[in-house]
Amino acid sequence: MADHLDDYIDAVASAMALPVEDAWRPAVRANLEVSLRLARLVDEFPLPDETEPAGIYSA
Amino acid sequence: MSDKIDGLTAGGIAKAVSGRRLTAFEAVETSLARIAAHDKILNSFTDVTADRARARAKAIDAAIAAGKPAGPLAGVPFAVKNLFDVAGLPTRAGSRINRDLPLAPRDAALVERMEAAGAVLVGALNMGEYAYDFTGENVHDGPSRNPHDPTRMTGGSSGGSGSAVGGALVPIALGSDTNGSIRVPSSFCGIFGLKPTYGRLSRARSYPFVASFDHLGPFARSVKDLALAYDAMQGPDADDAACTTRPVEPCLPSLAEGIGGLRVAIAGGYFQKNAFPEALEAVARVAKALGATRMVELPEAARARAAAFIITTTEGASLHLDRLRKRAGDFDPAVRDRLIAGAMIPAPYVDKAQKFRRWYRAKVLELFRSVDVILAPATPCTAPKLGQQTLELDGVELPLRPNIGIHTQPISFVGLPVAAVPVPLQPMPIGVQVISAPWREDIALRVAFALEQMGVAAAPAPRGL
Repeated sequence: MADHLDDYIDAVASAMALPVEDAWRPAVRANLEVSLRLARLVDEFPLPDETEPAGIYSA
Repeated sequence: MSDKIDGLTAGGIAKAVSGRRLTAFEAVETSLARIAAHDKILNSFTDVTADRARARAKAIDAAIAAGKPAGPLAGVPFAVKNLFDVAGLPTRAGSRINRDLPLAPRDAALVERMEAAGAVLVGALNMGEYAYDFTGENVHDGPSRNPHDPTRMTGGSSGGSGSAVGGALVPIALGSDTNGSIRVPSSFCGIFGLKPTYGRLSRARSYPFVASFDHLGPFARSVKDLALAYDAMQGPDADDAACTTRPVEPCLPSLAEGIGGLRVAIAGGYFQKNAFPEALEAVARVAKALGATRMVELPEAARARAAAFIITTTEGASLHLDRLRKRAGDFDPAVRDRLIAGAMIPAPYVDKAQKFRRWYRAKVLELFRSVDVILAPATPCTAPKLGQQTLELDGVELPLRPNIGIHTQPISFVGLPVAAVPVPLQPMPIGVQVISAPWREDIALRVAFALEQMGVAAAPAPRGL
């Protein structure tokens, strides 16, 4: 998993033209690990398919 | 701090100025003198707009002398977090990068509304870079410092706002709250803060962070002052897409109606587990004073906090994407690394978080059918030491920075109004969130006022100056 996440960081950084210097990588990776853990916590919560997102747009 | 406005609230200053027992000029000079005397320690101001303030104060005094009506905040000095536009200043939003922006051509909407009520802007306040912060530390401007112990944090990201009001340099300050940035500094600095309902106060001409969650609001040393400022700033504004079209709903007239008939409950579960004894002690004192014994559970609060975290980091990354590409080296490294990580979150997770928000909102609104007010800690602890990196919660050592807001995030996630009330524990104060249903700021402020009248909530005089 560790290598996959490093590969993922490289791929996304390249695709989005984001600089990630070697010195920053451990902190970027640590932040991403926390964010993905929290994102999975939300993702595993079952919601009906019909659920609307909570955007504020009104026509 | 014996001077011309010693012991006066904002309301007291306005009354004295309109009654011609004090001039606006004297009130402003006194505030400027306090800033000169104490801000070397507190580091709460990044800009002092002395010339503008003196000119404005003289104009108010001239208008009053000419028999024109004085506003409800006549001559009251106030200051704003430096993400509010102030005409003639670059809106730095705590960053180095934004100092290169053109000077703001016009004041933020809320600055204009405060001044229309007679208040006088005396400066702009320190904050965490781009508001992505709970500490009040800033690598470019230095940390704002806690007025009760300058070796401690103010909390963030509206750290200068907490420090300036907690240190009594100004009676009122404005700040922003995306995940807790009004409530956290209120707690650490021992003052009152109001995070209104999402969409209540105009954000026009303030620098954004997370459009889904950004709120603006006031800090003060008394509930009456909080209500005075809040009432002066209400009203629709087409310049902010999220701003409500509801009419002004003043809170000042109902402040003293008391708490009879209000159903008050304590947030259980998540909000009881992740807190130091002093945070629970503060909630217990407030609950006892209000006769509240019922515990309620905000369902899935941990997941709500997680979803708030994801939406924050991704919307923040989206806002700063181009600057991350072009000026990565000019960011606070800690902010930069979080934003870069935020740019890497897959989009389905963000969509899921916004859908979860819809679900959670429905559950929370259901809860408010049987309660009027929910009490929760504002922060898990009193102000940590500056530079502190970790805290121990329930036996687990955790990074301090993201965990300061664990109790505020699940509340702002769905835009509920909150009055943060200070409980003056020794040696450091700590805040309690008085949470009400959407658009019922009046209830949160009524309860805060009752707590102040009972002496349970109070802004202590600065202990560290």
